[in-house]
Order: sequence, then C-alpha cells, then structure tokens
Amino acid sequence: MLLPLAEAIERHVADGASVALEGFTHLIPFAAGHEIIRQGRRNLHLIRMTPDIIYDQLIGMGCARKLTFSWGGNPGVGSLHRLRDAVEHQWPQPLELDEHSHAGMAAAFCAGAARLPFGMLRGYAGTDLPAHNQNIRRVQCPFTGEMLAAVPALNPDVTILHAQRADRAGNVAIDGIVGAAREAALAAKTLIVTVEEIVDALPPAMNAIVLPHWVVSAVVACPGGAYPSYAHGHYVRDNAFYRQWDAIARERASFLAWMEQHVLGTRDHRAFLAGLQQEAA
Amino acid sequence: MNACTRDEWMTIAAARLLPDRSVCFVGIGLPSAACNLARLTHAPGIVLIYESGAIGTRPDVLPLSIGDGELAETAACVVPLPEVFSYYLQAGRIDIGFLGAAQIDRHGNLNSTVIGSYDAPTTRLPGAGGAPEIAQHAKQVFVMARASKRSFVERIDFRTSAGYLDGHGARARSGAPGGGPRAVITDFGMLAPHPQSEELQLVALFAGASVEEARAAIGWPLVVADHLDTIAPPSAHELDTLRALNARTREAHARPVRIPL
Repeated sequence: MLLPLAEAIERHVADGASVALEGFTHLIPFAAGHEIIRQGRRNLHLIRMTPDIIYDQLIGMGCARKLTFSWGGNPGVGSLHRLRDAVEHQWPQPLELDEHSHAGMAAAFCAGAARLPFGMLRGYAGTDLPAHNQNIRRVQCPFTGEMLAAVPALNPDVTILHAQRADRAGNVAIDGIVGAAREAALAAKTLIVTVEEIVDALPPAMNAIVLPHWVVSAVVACPGGAYPSYAHGHYVRDNAFYRQWDAIARERASFLAWMEQHVLGTRDHRAFLAGLQQEAA
Repeated sequence: MNACTRDEWMTIAAARLLPDRSVCFVGIGLPSAACNLARLTHAPGIVLIYESGAIGTRPDVLPLSIGDGELAETAACVVPLPEVFSYYLQAGRIDIGFLGAAQIDRHGNLNSTVIGSYDAPTTRLPGAGGAPEIAQHAKQVFVMARASKRSFVERIDFRTSAGYLDGHGARARSGAPGGGPRAVITDFGMLAPHPQSEELQLVALFAGASVEEARAAIGWPLVVADHLDTIAPPSAHELDTLRALNARTREAHARPVRIPL
C-alpha cells in the first residue's frame, strides 16, 4: 500500500496504459508525472480535463499517443506550446485527440465512477464537436423522448491524484478545490495517490473528501508533489512559474534543455525542487 | 477619460451590465475583472461562480487561473466540478454567463477551438472548456472580445459554442434553454442581436468612438441599430476601483513563491 513513488509508477503504469492525472488547477500530481517521464513510458492515453503544464511535458517528451481533454491551455497565460506542436506539426509524434467540453468530460467521469456505460447531459447543442468526435453522440430519453448528448464512460487504467494527507490505512483526505478528483479516482481500475503527509489519524472533517482505503491501490508520501500547482494549506500556486513556462516551452530546444536538466537530470521530486530553489537563489 | 485603456473601457462597460444579486458564471481574464469590479462598486450582492467549484467567491485579487486558492478561501462554498455543471449550470441556476473567443460571427456563434481545419489546424486553440454548455444554459450570455477583422468574421472556422446559429429564431427552434448572447462588449462599444434577424448590430458606442471605427474593426457589413446609445465615460470611482484591483493583482502574482522543499 505505502510505496515509494518510483516503485508505484514502475508497478502500476505500463506502456500503452490509459492514465488520468487529475486535479483541477489545484493538487496536480506533478511529481508522479515527472516520474513517468523519467521512467520513459510510451504510447500512453492521457486523460485530463485541463492538460496543464504536466501534460505539455509528457506530450513533449514523447510519452503520449492519445489525449482525452476538455480545455488545453496554460491557464491565464495562453497556449500549451508542446500540445500545440504535437497537434499542428506531429512533434515529437502524432497525438490523437478525444476532445470534449468540461460538462461532457465530467459526465464521462461520473459514469465511469458509477460503472455505467455512458454519461448523459444536455450539452454540445449547436457545436461542431460531435462532427469530429465519435465519442459524442445522441441518446433518446425512454420516458420523455427528449434527445440528450451521450459520452462513453471514462474508466482509466490508472488514476493518479495528489492529496493533502492520508492515514496509515490508506484513507485519503482532500480539501479545497476538488474538481473531478473523486469521480476520476472512483472511475479508475488502479488508483495511486501521492500526499503531502501521512498521519496517524485524519482530522475529523465530515464533508472533506475521503477516498476510503479499499479503493486506493497505492499511497506515496511526496511533500511538494503538486508544485508548481498547489496544495491548499501547504503551499500556493506558483503563478510566476506558469508564466515562465510559456517561454521555456515555446521552442523545442529550450523545452528539451529544461526537461533534461530539471526532470531527467534529477533523481526524484526532492532533487527537482532543490534544483529550482538553487536556481531562484 | 482619454487616458483609460480599451481593456479598462470594456471591463467597466461590462461591469455596468451586471445587476446586483445576479448569479454569474465567470471566466478568467476580462470577465473576471468585470464581475469583481461590479461586486466592488454597484453590485455587492452579486454571486460569482467559477467553474472550479467556487460559489459566491469574493477574491481580494483576481485569479490567474480558474482554480487559484484565493477563490476557494473567499468562497461561500466549494463544490465538486460535476456539481457546478449539472446542478447549477444545466439546472438553469445561472443568470449570466461570460464568454470570450478567438472568432465570433454575426449571429454570436463562437470559436475557441482551431483556426483552419480541425484535423490540420494552422493554430490549435485551447478548446471548449465550459463554453458550449454555458452558451446553451445561461439565461443570458455576455461576450467580451477585442475587435479586429480577424476575430469578428463572416465565417468562423469551428463552432465551439452556439449563439443564434443562423439567426431568425434558429436557436429557439433548436430547443436551447438559455437566452443566448445578449451583449458583445468590445473595443469601441457594444453589439446586440436584432430582435428578429438576431444579427449582431451596433447598439452603443463609447463616448468619443465613431461608427466608422466600429465598421473598420468588424469583418461583416455592420448594421447600426435604429437607436444608437452612447456609453458614459468611466467615473473616477469605477476607474480607481478597477486600477486598485489590477494593481493588487499584479503585486500578488509577482510575489515570489516559496518552493515547497
């Protein structure tokens, strides 16, 4: 249950797997994503509502063959340049897109968590998305006759989350912005959670999200594991880094040099953070 | 008020459209500034909802991302994202949704997906996010977009979210529950749909802006509405409040962050 990060990725994330690293702006599992890059996984089907910098990195490093997503920008800054390069120029390899709206993807995660075959919503009306994605179709309500949008359930082989804390039995607590983390977790076949801290007993919080221990495949102690996104109560989002990423990722050469130095060239997340701290000093 | 920028003009004009106690679904950028300016001036009871799940939030500084911690800390409550979209937006509990786009056509249809073809785009844009369902369900939609012939176009390359489709009641016939884009706030003033044709027409100009300037920035033959309003210049209070908000925001976003080591 309690594993070091490298062993959790080694054991649970295989080449070709469908993998969802969730966390809506908050609690993005950067450390786990970097470890997937270090271990050189290939042909992954990446799933995430907002690919964010972590998927820009995985895509640019050639780990992905397919992306299921609903909004692919650098929030408040602009483009994800590596995602764009993959779509516009097939660099470093072609990337198949399974593109949704937030509402559609949320419905697909909810259906996955409930082990239903599809999610439905009043959505995608008058948009061109269904014409380009076979995974957006219409279904008729058997009671009213109303036509609704339908999307197939998302059931990732592996979902990876970052959370504030877990206890020694593997129960996981999350507070702050939760996005679709709970749905992505319960939709997965395997669930890995990296946490800021492992505690003897979770603080009593009747409505904080708790993922109970028997749905969790592995817990990894990984302080700072969401940086440069954030972990509410532990550290804030590094908005300046998100701005800097725009220049780092704009060109292939500067991107590769940065990844070589900071991710491939570091043993683990602690060394990654130490390198950035040294640079900032 | 010649010294104020076009972004300040647009933000203040959009803020004035927001009634107190209205429930607004807010996006990042100018809409977020407009909604919070309204909250800090004439609409203290406005309810701001961000798609990250923050409901009734009152941020002291504008968020860079849709999920900054500031939004959660100052919210009345934080709910899971699927709840925002199904229990609030789809359930018809949003009065006003704000959208931006890379391209808009004369019927208020929006593109934020690709420039060029979908399969071989010249520019891949971020994509839909919450837009298609905001456009479908919000009781009314306000669009904020900087005007140019590249953005206000005859034909959009991809329809990410629906405005009035082909106009003349097409949207209502499609069964969309929301009211569609009631106002487009842009550099020179405001466009709004004609009651019958649902084509966006020039309904108001900022003081000092001209019809010629508006026509020069729009990629279709822009019709001027029968009644053309003038939008009063920003008051000192509006401008001071907005500038203070932006200054606090710049300072907060530039503050070095401790690396969690």
